[in-house]
Amino acid sequence: MKIGAPRETAKGEARVALTPESAVHIQKLGHECLVESGAGAAAGFSDEAYKEAGVTVIDSAEKLWADAEIVIKVREPSQVEVGYLREGQTLIAFFWPAQNESLLEECRAKGATVIAMDMVPRISRAQKMDALSSMANIAGYRAVIEAGNNFGRFFTGQVTAAGKVPPAKVLIIGAGVAGLSAIGTATSLGAMVRAFDVRPEVAEQIESMGAEFLFLDFDENQDGAGSGGYAAPSSPEFREKQLECFREQAPEIDIVITTALIPGRPAPKLWLEDMVKAMKPGSVIVDLAAEKGGNCDLTKPDEKVVSDNGVTIVGYTDFPSRMATQSSLLYSTNIRHMLTDLTPKKDGDVVHDMEDDVIRGATVTHQGEITFPPPPPKVKAIATAKPKEKIKEPTPEEKKAAELAAIRAQTKRQVTLLGVGGLLMLVLGQIAPASFMQHLIVFVLACFVGYQVIWNVSHALHTPLMAVTNAISGIIILGAVLQIGSGNWVVVILAAISVLIATINIVGGFLVTRRMLAMFQKS
Amino acid sequence: MLGQGFVSAAAIAASILFILSLGGLSNQEKAKRAVWYGIVGMAIAVLFTAFGPGIGSYWIMIPMVLIGSVIGWNIAKRVAMTEMPQLVAALHSFVGLAAVFVAWSADLERTRVASALLAGEATDRFSAFAALLVTKTPAELTFLQVEIVFAIFIGAVTFTGSVIAYGKLAGKVDGKSRQLPGGHMLNAAAAVLSLVMAIAYLNGAGFWSLLVLAALAFFIGYHLIMGIGGADMPVVVSMLNSYSGWAAAAIGFTLSNDLLIVTGALVGSSGAILSYIMCKAMNRNFVSVILGGFGGGAKGESAEIEGEQVAIDAGGVAAALNDAESVIIVPGYGMAVAQAQNSVRELTRKLRDAGKNVRFAIHPVAGRLPGHMNVLLAEAKVPYDIVMEMDEINDDFPNTDVVIVIGSNDIVNPAAQEDPNSPIAGMPVLEVWNAKQVFVSKRGQGTGYSGIENPLFFKENTRMFYGDAKSSIDSLVPLID
Repeated sequence: MKIGAPRETAKGEARVALTPESAVHIQKLGHECLVESGAGAAAGFSDEAYKEAGVTVIDSAEKLWADAEIVIKVREPSQVEVGYLREGQTLIAFFWPAQNESLLEECRAKGATVIAMDMVPRISRAQKMDALSSMANIAGYRAVIEAGNNFGRFFTGQVTAAGKVPPAKVLIIGAGVAGLSAIGTATSLGAMVRAFDVRPEVAEQIESMGAEFLFLDFDENQDGAGSGGYAAPSSPEFREKQLECFREQAPEIDIVITTALIPGRPAPKLWLEDMVKAMKPGSVIVDLAAEKGGNCDLTKPDEKVVSDNGVTIVGYTDFPSRMATQSSLLYSTNIRHMLTDLTPKKDGDVVHDMEDDVIRGATVTHQGEITFPPPPPKVKAIATAKPKEKIKEPTPEEKKAAELAAIRAQTKRQVTLLGVGGLLMLVLGQIAPASFMQHLIVFVLACFVGYQVIWNVSHALHTPLMAVTNAISGIIILGAVLQIGSGNWVVVILAAISVLIATINIVGGFLVTRRMLAMFQKS
Repeated sequence: MLGQGFVSAAAIAASILFILSLGGLSNQEKAKRAVWYGIVGMAIAVLFTAFGPGIGSYWIMIPMVLIGSVIGWNIAKRVAMTEMPQLVAALHSFVGLAAVFVAWSADLERTRVASALLAGEATDRFSAFAALLVTKTPAELTFLQVEIVFAIFIGAVTFTGSVIAYGKLAGKVDGKSRQLPGGHMLNAAAAVLSLVMAIAYLNGAGFWSLLVLAALAFFIGYHLIMGIGGADMPVVVSMLNSYSGWAAAAIGFTLSNDLLIVTGALVGSSGAILSYIMCKAMNRNFVSVILGGFGGGAKGESAEIEGEQVAIDAGGVAAALNDAESVIIVPGYGMAVAQAQNSVRELTRKLRDAGKNVRFAIHPVAGRLPGHMNVLLAEAKVPYDIVMEMDEINDDFPNTDVVIVIGSNDIVNPAAQEDPNSPIAGMPVLEVWNAKQVFVSKRGQGTGYSGIENPLFFKENTRMFYGDAKSSIDSLVPLID
């Protein structure tokens, strides 16, 4: 199959869906690669580099669309590009089918198959094609860099001969892939990072990245986690609490990076105008949700604005494109993995398997039909978080009561045991001769002593203990010694053998124990 | 000749010394003194009894003691520390056999004295035990017979059980759980027959009934231990230890000797507690261990394991170790088999010299004997203060860079916590998988002694370091700098 990557026509888009590196791998699948001349220029890949990788460079977009059986792109197609689409052609790109219904209908009418990279289901197997995550990762990184660019101080705290520099305080709202990436970048630059997310289960991830999780004390069993690991809208009460928390933070925070998005909805407003006002002049807000309206009241999409009190608000929507080389490399790898799944036999034959969870989920039109939204994947995306069990801290009274009850139960058990034991002894005493009972007393007492003594033996010394008890059990020699003087020759022989083996036991046991103990030493 | 007063005083002294000896094992430093208490106690007990009233036949007793000492000395000097388990088991069998012999003799003496009394012969030439028998009332004699039955039964079970345990531990008998057709029914039948024999004997049947009784008990001991798999050997050895004590105590009753009773009871309860500790460490019921083998506990299909075992070579392990700050080594039976403890010591020394925090995590049932690993590491001169117990170290795994698992399997199996259907579900295990990286030194891809698949080997942070433990560790040592 011929796989072609045209130049992106959207304004400011610098990424490209095919890199020389990914082309090499795609060719190994038995495909042929085409690229429009100049497609990779903005991302730092020259036509020569493509040619070296064995990619055919084609001059015009029209010709490329005509030649390629599969077209791979970054952005959704423009009206012109939709015009190029033909029946049986496959388009792989970010498509946003929920927002682009008319576009979807046009593609369907053309009879083309569209695979939307943004619809790849979030299951472990599909992680290698999860382009949203790879782009979010870049966005998070870039957001911190962008913030640093607009922030007039160091991130890291320093004490220098020229004075003391306090560390920058960064607040990250939303700990998805972008948020976590931003946390990682900001902490490694030396900032003090705090982060917030409505999904309490990400607290651990936040802390693992080195940030402090802003814990919201909220009673109701509100859990902001929706399906597939995304956040769900929260209740008004919860939102109030949340805003209150942010309001408290605003005066001391130097940099805010907001990444809060809810799938299929405008971005929630989380950083209100009064919070911007409360911030120190020179502070920076980077709003990664600008494309969906922004998390901050003052955000203007695609623009950098400065508020009246000197707070810079960055509302760029093209963070990944601003790092076109890196994002093209990652995106093209995601695309390559998608193609690998589409070419199971690696023989250049594309098998569009609608039974496959990943392919099915990402396909939005196929064979003249709209196949969006997809049915829920057969494999559950992420195990649903178990509701946290609340362990009630027992009050001192309860503790006391529990202890008392335990002691009472123990007493009861012991008294019963003693009673039964005593009764048994009584019965035995009736029939057994007195001499036996005397020996029994000795026996029982010895058992008790043994029981008390052995519990104290340290675990490491269990083998020596065994060797010692083994040696001591050679005491059986006494029995043989007591009999060896008998007049019966059979008894003498049996006793003699017993003396022999018991002696072996005693001597061997003690010596081995000594050998073992001699080895234990302190460092 | 010493009077009876001396013998009794000696018995008290010996008892106290034995108790001190066991109690002294609470720590390593005191333990060395404790063994001397035991030795002195034993010497006092034997000397005073041997030279007490009514003992004769010194012409045979003294040579026997000397020969026995020489043999015992030689065995103790020669045995390698890795052979400890089988040595302990073998020595238990001696106690069992001696108990059977002494009990038989006691019955022979009983009939001899009875016939002598009947014939009205003089009783003053009888030796110690026979002289004692003369004074016994008929009721006491009946009890004596009961005691003989107990002594023979316990002694015989201990004897064959220990012999089989020795065979399994020494690798001379197949370690797998194996039973004759009929399984526990055979044991039960043998036990019932033994009871019949005991009743027959008490009702006047001759010496043959005791022989048959011993034979049946021999069979039970043999069959019982054959049915127990190798992984349960720590429990078996301590159980047999306990039995040998009870056998001695039973003989003490038979011979009316308090010192024997006290010592037997000490040993018996010590073994019983050890078995209990072992069972608890494996989350197994004592009865189910004794009745043999894993497998009864699973309530359904065990979880399937996904993923693959990823191998790594010595270079990779060494690189990770060089980067690590904290290392925990988890030794198991595989280390004992490969005699790798000295190589491990060498590795530990080099890592410690490089300023790394190296510790050992010992599971209570690692190896084939309680405390087996501690003894091996001590032999290799690994300082005991870096050798930790499971409870002490389990919480430290998440902060550990590298864990090296050397020849252990079930004791690091996460299925015990994660898979309720696993046969070892609920057994406390070392949570090595919480460490950043785990290397498993293992001979091949097989399962452990219990035959359970180990999901640890399939985890993302686990790498398999295949090969004989000793040569694997030896190949690591030169790569550490």
